[in-house]
Order: sequence, then C-alpha cells, then structure tokens
Amino acid sequence: MIDLIYLTVLFPLLGFLFNGLLGPKIKNEKLIGIIGSSTIGLSFIVVVGAFVQTLALPPDQRLTIVTLFQWIDVAGIDISFSYQVDQLSLVMSLIVTGVGFLIHVYSIGYMHGDKSFWRFFTYLNLFIFAMMNLVLADNFLLMFLGWEGVGLCSYLLIGFWYDRKFEKSTTSGAGLKAFVVNRIGDFGFLIGMFLIYSTFGTLIFTDVFARAVSFDVPEHIFVLIAIFLFIGATGKSAQIPLLVWLPDAMAGPTPVSALIHAATMVTAGVYMVARCSIIYASAPSAMMVVAVVGVFTAFFAATIALVQNDIKKVLAYSTVSQLGYMFLALGAGAFSAGIFHVMTHAFFKALLFLGAGSVIHSMHEQQDIRHYGGLKKYMPVTYGTFLVAAVAISGIPPFSGFFSKDEILWLSRTNIGFVFWLIGLITALMTAFYMFRLYFMTFEGKEKFDHHKLHPHESPKMMTVPLILLAVLSAIGGFIGIPEIFSGEHGNLFHTWLAPVFKTAELKLMHGGSHSHLEEIILMLVSVLAAVSAILYARKVYLKKPEIASKTASKFKGAYNLLLNKYFLDETYDTVIVNPLVKGSESILWKFADNKIIDGLINGIAKLIGNISGSIKKIQTGIAQSYALVMVLGILIALLWIILSYS
Amino acid sequence: MTLELVLFIIFATICAVSAVLMITRPNPVISALFLVLNFASLAGLYLILNAQFIAVAQVIVYAGAIMVFFLFVIMLLNPEKEKRFFQQKTKLRIFIIAVVALVLIQIIYVIFLSSPSEVINPEVSRSVQTGTIENIGREMFTNYILPFEAAGYLLLAATIGAMVLAKKKFE
Amino acid sequence: MIIPIEYYLVLSAFMFSVGIIGVLTRRNAIVVFMCVELMLNSANLTLITYSSYLGDVAGQLFVFFVMAVAAAEAAVGLAIIIAIFRNKLTVNIDQINILKW
Repeated sequence: MIDLIYLTVLFPLLGFLFNGLLGPKIKNEKLIGIIGSSTIGLSFIVVVGAFVQTLALPPDQRLTIVTLFQWIDVAGIDISFSYQVDQLSLVMSLIVTGVGFLIHVYSIGYMHGDKSFWRFFTYLNLFIFAMMNLVLADNFLLMFLGWEGVGLCSYLLIGFWYDRKFEKSTTSGAGLKAFVVNRIGDFGFLIGMFLIYSTFGTLIFTDVFARAVSFDVPEHIFVLIAIFLFIGATGKSAQIPLLVWLPDAMAGPTPVSALIHAATMVTAGVYMVARCSIIYASAPSAMMVVAVVGVFTAFFAATIALVQNDIKKVLAYSTVSQLGYMFLALGAGAFSAGIFHVMTHAFFKALLFLGAGSVIHSMHEQQDIRHYGGLKKYMPVTYGTFLVAAVAISGIPPFSGFFSKDEILWLSRTNIGFVFWLIGLITALMTAFYMFRLYFMTFEGKEKFDHHKLHPHESPKMMTVPLILLAVLSAIGGFIGIPEIFSGEHGNLFHTWLAPVFKTAELKLMHGGSHSHLEEIILMLVSVLAAVSAILYARKVYLKKPEIASKTASKFKGAYNLLLNKYFLDETYDTVIVNPLVKGSESILWKFADNKIIDGLINGIAKLIGNISGSIKKIQTGIAQSYALVMVLGILIALLWIILSYS
Repeated sequence: MTLELVLFIIFATICAVSAVLMITRPNPVISALFLVLNFASLAGLYLILNAQFIAVAQVIVYAGAIMVFFLFVIMLLNPEKEKRFFQQKTKLRIFIIAVVALVLIQIIYVIFLSSPSEVINPEVSRSVQTGTIENIGREMFTNYILPFEAAGYLLLAATIGAMVLAKKKFE
Repeated sequence: MIIPIEYYLVLSAFMFSVGIIGVLTRRNAIVVFMCVELMLNSANLTLITYSSYLGDVAGQLFVFFVMAVAAAEAAVGLAIIIAIFRNKLTVNIDQINILKW
C-alpha cells in the first residue's frame, strides 16, 4: 500500500473535480456529501494500509519515497512529484485524513440546506488534496505547492458565505486578510527556500538534511534559513506577529474552522519546523527565538481568550495559544512532543469546534455565550462530548491533553529553563479557566435566552456520531505517548515511533542528562493541581456567583478593555502598517507613478508620433512638381555619391 | 577657325539662349515659339554631326507636328498669363535654380572625368555615310525591325488613348 | 580642328538642366510639358553626338524611336490635360492638387 500512497492525494483531487464540475447539476445533497466524504475515507484507508506496512519494517528503514512523475528538470533543479512515506508524514497523514473524514461527515449535516452545498465540498476536497501534498512531499517545492494550496482554500472557505457581513467588514474581507497575512509568511518561506537551495544545491528533504550534516556551513547561514522558514510558519500557524488572521477566519462556516483552523492547516507550520529539525538543531539561537515566540504567543492569546464573548472567538484564541505550546516544544528541542500535541490538539480542538457548531446551529446562528446557558438538558450528546474535550484541553489526566501538554512543559524545563515552564504553567492555568468559563456559561447555569422564541435541540446523527468518535479519541488518544515513568519498559511509544526522524537533530542538540523522576512527578502534580483549581474557580464564578466576573471587569476596567479589544492589535497594524501603505500606494504609486509617469510616457509617445506625422504629412502637397523636386534632390545626392566613389 | 566650329557656335548659342528664354516668358505662346526655334537650331547641330535623316525628321516631326499640336492646345484652352518669372515664389525658385545648378556642375564634372576625347579617335570614325537614309534604312529594317514594329504599336495605342481621353462624353 | 566631343555634351547637359528648371518652376501644365520635350531633345543630342563620334548608326536609330515615343507621349499627355481642363477649368498646377494630404 505504500506504493499506492499517491492515491491519498489523487482521491481528494477526483472528489474536487467531480463535485466542482458536476456539483451544480446534482440536486441531491446526499450524493455530493457521500462523494465528498468517501474520497477522504478512501484516502484514510490507504494511509492506514501504508502505516501498517511501515510498522512491519525495521525501525531504521521506515523511509520510502514514491515518485509519481518529473515536475521540473531545468539547469540543475530536478524536482519531482514524489512522496516521502516515513514516520512523521504518516502521523500527519493519519491526522489529516482521519479527522478530515469525520469533519466531512459532520458537514453533510451542518451545511444541510445551504444553497452552495456542492461548492463547500468541492473546496474541502481541494483543501485535503493540497494538505496531503504538503505533508507527504519529499521536497520543499512540492511542500510549498501544498502550502500555497491550503492558503488558497482557506481564503475560499473563509469567504464561503460571500454575501454576509462580518464585524466591521465582510466575510470575503476576512478571507482576504487571511490570504494577505499568509502571503507575508510565504515570502519568508520562499527566502528560506532560496537560501537552502543556494547553500545545499538541492531542495529534496533527504539530500538537504544529509548535506546539512556533511557540508561545512557557517552557523549564521543556518540561523538565517531557520528564521526565514519560521517566518513562514508564523504566518501559516498564526503566531506573533502574524496571528491577526485567525480570529477573523471565524467568519467561515464552523466545519471550516474545525478542519482548517484547528486541526490541520495551522499545524502545517509546526510540521514544517519539525521536518527541518536538523536545520533548527544546527542553529540554537533560532530555536530560542522559536521557543520565545511560541511561549509568548501562548500566554498572549490565552489572556485575550479570558474575556471574549463569542464562542468561536474563544476557541480561535485558544487555538493560537495551543499552537504556541507546539512551537515552545519545537524550540525546546522536543520535536516529537510538539507533534504529539498536534495530534491531541487535533482531536479535542476539532471536537470543540464541531460541538460549538452544533450549539450555534441549534441556537439559530447565535454565537454570543451571554445568551446561552443551561443547554445541558437539550443537547446531551453535544454537552457530553464538549465536556470531554474541555477536560482534555485543560490537561487533566488521563485524557490526551494531559500527556502531550505535560511532556512539553517537562521538556521545556529540562532543555531550556525554568522560566519557560513557569509561563507555560500560567498559560495552562488560564486555558483551563477560560475553557470552563465557556463550558459553564454555555451548558450549565440559568438559561439566558427566550425559551419561547428559541427551541434548542440535539443535532442529527450525522453530526453527533463524529462528535462521539472524536471524544473517544480525545479521551484515550494520549495513551500512545505515556511518559516513561509510567509505562516502564515500553517507553514512550509515540516518541519511539518518531525517534529515527529526529535522531540527527537530537544528537546535535545534546539535550538529556539525567533529571530526577521525582522532579518530573512533582511538576506534573503541580500542573494538574493548577488546572483543577482553575476549573473549580471558574465553576465558582460562572455557575454560582456571576457578579464576581462583572465586578472584576469594572474594577480593572482598563485591563478588561485592553483584553476585550485584543490589545488593539488589529488597530495598531492598521495605523502603523496598513494605512500608510495604502495611502502611500495611492498617492505615490497610483496617482503619480502610474497615472503621470507611465500613462504620460505612453500617451506622450503617441502624441509625439502624432505630431511628427503631422509635420511629415505636409510633404504630400498633391502638386507633381514638388515630387519632381524631391527626385532632383535625389539625383543630386546620387551623382555626388558616384563622383565621390569614383575619385 | 573652321566653318564647322563657326556653325557650331552659332547653333549652340541660339539653342542655349532660346531654351533659357523659353522657360522664363510668361506668355505660353511665346514659350512655344521659342521652343520651335530651339528645335530648329538643334536640327542644324544634327546636320553638323552627319545625322541628315534625323535632322530632317526633327524639323518635320518635332517642330512641324508636335509643336503645332502644342500650339493648338494652348489656343484651345486659353490659359491666363503667368506673372513674371522672379515675381512669384522667389525663394523657392532660387532654391531650385541652385539645386539644378549643382546637378549641372556635377554632370559636367562627370563628363570631363570620363574624358571621352582621349578614348574616341574621331579622325577614323567620323564619316558622312553614317547618317544617310540608306544606312539608317538598312539598319532599321534588318537589325532593328522589332523595335520598329513595337514603335508602330505604341503609336497606335497612343492615338486611341488620346482620342478616348479627349472626346466628349457618350450621350 | 575637330570640335571636341565635350562641347556637345556640355551643351546637352545645359539644355537638360534648363529643362529641369522649367519643369519645377512653371505654373502652366502645358509649358511644363514643353520643358519635358526640351529635356528629351537634350538626350537626343547626346545620342547623336556619340553616334557620330563613334561611327555607329545605332545611336541615330535610337533617336528615331525616342522621337516616336515623345510624339506619343505628347499626344496622350495633352489629351489628359484637356480632360482635366474640362473638370477643373484650369491648367494651373497649383490648383490641381487632389492628392494633397
């Protein structure tokens, strides 16, 4: 099945073509939905088959390359459409196709009755196609193709309801913002690729990483490459400073937020940094940058999420925060921990978003949590699964989030220092708090909506079954990565699986040394206690005494305002960067350079020719004698020529 | 000072002077008459050059037929008299005269440059027999019969053309 | 003394240039035609001169044909002038400028 890995990419493409070309004609929603979902399901099966086959291979021979066809063969650059099947790409493929499949099924129910039903599945399949290219690529250029492709699909899907307003602008405006901000990151990625090519002479992963070890490259080159690639990652994975697009991306339908902006696309940056682990390991200062940006983003986004009132906004900032954790892990040299968190985050964040979608649907598109309350009894399945996800993300054992988050915190402590652990802990505390604030305000407590107007109800099976499956995964998915102190001789299975991919990088970093098991257990207990206390405090405030919240808000009015308005980040960007650029372009580039200079040049040339011909045409007087005069002048010159050449 | 030279000077002077006068007179009839005088002196020059037949043909055809034709047309159309030569478009005319004078100088230079008198030996070649009617007739009707016939066709075409162009419209 | 051949040739050149001046200068179309005839005659003179000095009768035959052509051309040309005169009622070249820009 490994050799057929290209089918994973081909099926979504076929689904895209089928739904895209025939979609408007097919009136049957079920057919479109089935085609759209089954392609992803088939891809998932292929990946599972490849996974099983790879398991059978010995651990150091688990890298297979499957080439489809030659893409570019020019002057030294030789790129093919080939796919690298190894441990890391298999993990990512399983996540993308597995969670993607569930979300596709969910969407059949969620988008029921939408007039552009077929378009939704078309774009979703195209997205999976691009994402699979990204994670399976064996060279930077094909990965970049997928990178751009997912950016495009993100734009298309955010602006899916193109005729709706969204906050201060429109949904397509939000899509455009996502695209433009991503573009800035892509610029960094491109420069990184150029540097890689000029340093190593190739873009194929295996060759680049082999040469990264064998070539004698000065460290600052590695730092430059790493930083530029990381800029691309900040764009795609919404870290500081390019995070502003993700909250606006909530303008799109909820399954889009679940698939693209929680589980898969935003993790592309994490995957890319993990894939280039050897480059980052050769540039320790760049890794520190990654860690600092990651932990700071996590903290920053968590503070904003504390006070947001739109259910999807809370989840969006939560995503930014959790992505920060992943980059913290990568920056600390704990590459497999970062990927582990990608996996568990995919489970519970997708679940949270889908659950939120379920709530939004039944509350007739109401998204403000101040108008929810007490939905527990109307939507039992949604309530149950949402609770599971909230517990998972808060890091309570034995759910999956605990294992991944704890591994990150522990490895940050051992590899880069206590401060990172501390900030990570505070962020975890805030995560638990705002998550349960969301939970309590939505599902428990008094009903804050008009019961006579609104009749909340449970979602159909098409939507609840994926929720249940994701809840199961969120609950037990963490057992793959149990740390050594618990699992004994089995070791951390996930870590062991991914170890050969990161072996060279970890050797270079030379982390390790022995730390006491006791310290690990103590820190683990501290984080669990923090999370539990945050949950209990949230329960106290939002269930029992809501006035504490409003009193705190009015007491710290300035801080509250700052957080509610997300530190005025968008406004700052607007005044400092966007508006000067727009005004400058308008007055200098458009009005002056384009209108006056370029148009003036072209029009000037036309006028010049007109004037010249206006003068020259006067030769045609119509009188035969003037023509004869010209002839005589010609004779004069000809005779002169003959005389001169004769003598 | 042979007779030939004297005759040449007389005829050449009349030729040149009448040519200049022809182009400067405002009255077209006077111009035509000066042209006739020019043709007559040319005929004299031809005689000096042993071209008897051509001299006579010149008088008969050119002076006798073509110029009469010109005079008929002038009288028919009765054009108005122009102003005097240097009183209209003076600048342009002086420019023209300058240009043509340059051309003339160049031609004369070329003439003397190729120095024909060193190439040609006239003592041997010049003979009265060259231009007699018998000689011309013999050459024309044996070696040059084709151009002769072609000239005939040309004249036929010209005749028909002139008639068609100048006749009044068909009713 | 034999007249040097250059005398005839210079005379012919002079007549030719006078003819050119006439063509470029005169306003009356018929007079322009007469100047063209003058130019043709200067060429005739050159031909006769060379024919005589080289002893070859071909030059004179050529003059014969030139005369025939000149006659034909004069006929047709004057017919055209008459036709133009019928339309424009003038033979002044300055006023026959339909091909002006």
